[in-house]
Amino acid sequence: MAGIPHDHYEPSTGAEKWLHRRLPVVGILYDTIMIPTPKNLNWMWIWGIVLTFCLALQIITGIVLVMHYTPHVDMAFASVEHIMRDVNGGFMLRYLHMNGASLFFVAVYAHIFRGLYYGSYKEPREITWIIGILIFVLMMGTGFMGYVLPWGQMSFWGATVITGLFGAIPFVGESLQTWLLGGPAVDNATLNRFFSLHYLLPFVIAGLVIVHIWAFHTTGNNNPTGVEVRRGSKAEAEKDTLPFWPYFVIKDLFALGFVMVIFWAIVGFMPNYLGHPDNYIEANPLSTPAHIVPEWYFLPFYAILRAFTSEVWVVQIASFLTGGIIDAKFFGVLAMFGAIAVMALAPWLDTSSVRSGRYRPMFKWWFALLCVDFIVLMWLGAMPAEEPYATFSLIGAAYWFAYFLVILPLLGVIEKPDPRPATIEEDFAAHYGDADSKSAAPAE
Amino acid sequence: MFKKLAISSILALALTPAAALAAGGEAHVEDFDFSFEGPFGAYDQNQLQRGLQIYTEVCAACHGLRYVPIRTLSDEGGPGIPEDQVRAYADQFIVLDEISNPQLFDSETEEYRPLIPADHFPVNNSQSAPDLSLMAKARAGFHGPYGLGINQFFKGMGGAEYIASLLDGYEEAPACAPEDFPGHYNTVFTAGGIPDSCRDEHGHATVPGSWIGMAQPLYGEDIEFADGHSNELHHEVQDVAAFLMWTAEPKMMARKQAGFAGVLFLTVLTVLLYLTNKRIWAPHKGKKKHD
Repeated sequence: MAGIPHDHYEPSTGAEKWLHRRLPVVGILYDTIMIPTPKNLNWMWIWGIVLTFCLALQIITGIVLVMHYTPHVDMAFASVEHIMRDVNGGFMLRYLHMNGASLFFVAVYAHIFRGLYYGSYKEPREITWIIGILIFVLMMGTGFMGYVLPWGQMSFWGATVITGLFGAIPFVGESLQTWLLGGPAVDNATLNRFFSLHYLLPFVIAGLVIVHIWAFHTTGNNNPTGVEVRRGSKAEAEKDTLPFWPYFVIKDLFALGFVMVIFWAIVGFMPNYLGHPDNYIEANPLSTPAHIVPEWYFLPFYAILRAFTSEVWVVQIASFLTGGIIDAKFFGVLAMFGAIAVMALAPWLDTSSVRSGRYRPMFKWWFALLCVDFIVLMWLGAMPAEEPYATFSLIGAAYWFAYFLVILPLLGVIEKPDPRPATIEEDFAAHYGDADSKSAAPAE
Repeated sequence: MFKKLAISSILALALTPAAALAAGGEAHVEDFDFSFEGPFGAYDQNQLQRGLQIYTEVCAACHGLRYVPIRTLSDEGGPGIPEDQVRAYADQFIVLDEISNPQLFDSETEEYRPLIPADHFPVNNSQSAPDLSLMAKARAGFHGPYGLGINQFFKGMGGAEYIASLLDGYEEAPACAPEDFPGHYNTVFTAGGIPDSCRDEHGHATVPGSWIGMAQPLYGEDIEFADGHSNELHHEVQDVAAFLMWTAEPKMMARKQAGFAGVLFLTVLTVLLYLTNKRIWAPHKGKKKHD
């Protein structure tokens, strides 16, 4: 794997040779774990391992939770309480799983924004990027369906609101919504299919994660300079890289340990901080909560969904042009999914030949504004749908689209990039001194 | 304390003109100092026992605790009542709403049997009062400022504070309300009805709180505690709120213990990984040139 020249696995003993001829599994593992990795990776490159850990944590805790959970509208809520009270260590399992979802999204947002800043989506890593966005979308689906399972008030009403989005699709919306719910409203059939899919999707994600890793192992990692590893010879490549094991495994594990200290403190000391109190009230189709708020990780996109009301001129034009087929509700749905779609298209919208934001003086500011925009949208998503939040949401949503559809294409043309280092080795040396002079200098 | 409240209320007033006033008027949840708050906080066993007494003598008349097994009263980290006493407690517990507890119906004798420790506290739908098992987690005391959850980060979610404040929040109905307005005026409860005569021209309530269905359940000096503890209203409401926090989160002590063990272990592991990382990278890094 990887276009970067490096040593490959050589079976030495008879047994190894026997296996290698028939199934080169050890070779694949060796090449994966020993992949030459740019040695200047900074701390923003640790989120991949945090994400892998999250997936494993969610699957393992999830499998055990399923052993005690009952997916039925009359028993789901009580079975979660049974887990919390009667199952040995059940309260920890459940709180780990519940907050594990939050950690998963913290990590995925950090991972995505790292990619956006350092241009990790750019040629030749478009496939890695697209697979990543696909994983993100599946994570959102899985998270949403998982939140329905405890069958609290927010579970039920969240499911009602979100599945209602599909009802906004012209012509087929209502039938589609009924088909998704398995009936005219959120009920036992909905809970059962959400449970089934909530169990299935993580394994689909796991499969895509393997493809994601395969893709970037083929192109090699990006790095903070965006300058490619030299591939002329093995000796040259070794000046820019270090093997993943042990250098980056240990570094990533250290970072994971640090993240885990904070995560464990939240689980142990304030496990309900990120949740909503209403979800400790059993679902009641006859009583709507005062504010239906999704989990924090959906809020930015929820804000975009609600931003486009019928008073917005873009919506009015769209409605006029399509003869009313695209109404405000459907426009909001399109905007929400569009907000993710434009991210997926970033490799083709960004026209700059410079990969890393580090050497793009104008880009830096627009990117910083995008980060602020994301956080402001997150906050707006939790606010009631009224003024002044509606206007703020509209501005925030507009910037989100403008960043991808206008700013990224334009910047590549008008921006004058800063000088970049010629090699990764040069960048690394600039930070840490002339490293190789201390150890035995490799032959030139 | 006062300063913090002042700042957050000023922020709330300045920044949330409509959000906070959506239903009832602005309510003030008192920041009680509960023993179980913070990472080091633990339940006060005596307080939980007093709270159980209040629940049994007053609340149980209308409210059930359907998710709480009676046997857990003797669990570690709870009220810690000896098992024989729990058995006696269960046996004398009067089930007021037999229809809602069919599990107690003995088809042989065709009678409802008395509770045993293995049973849960009975369901009580007789007055259509909400079940209290999870009430302390289903309510939040402190929000804001401005929906950012900062208060909750520093003060906790405040479910127990909400319960205690609500029980302590009954007042004479304000003059703006008609005599026959249904319910009981409570300065903390915001989800209830408000007479139109107590609203301004924008529809905002001019009085704090709203009208609640439940009549004032505790007045103070209405429970005699065996340990002679103060039975003033201000103390009673805290005792019962602490008990309800326990019914909602019975494993809190075990959870915090696991929290400490985990944080400690992970910190040591992280330090070791840091040292390992430093060491393996050292040959490849010279002295930092700048910063």
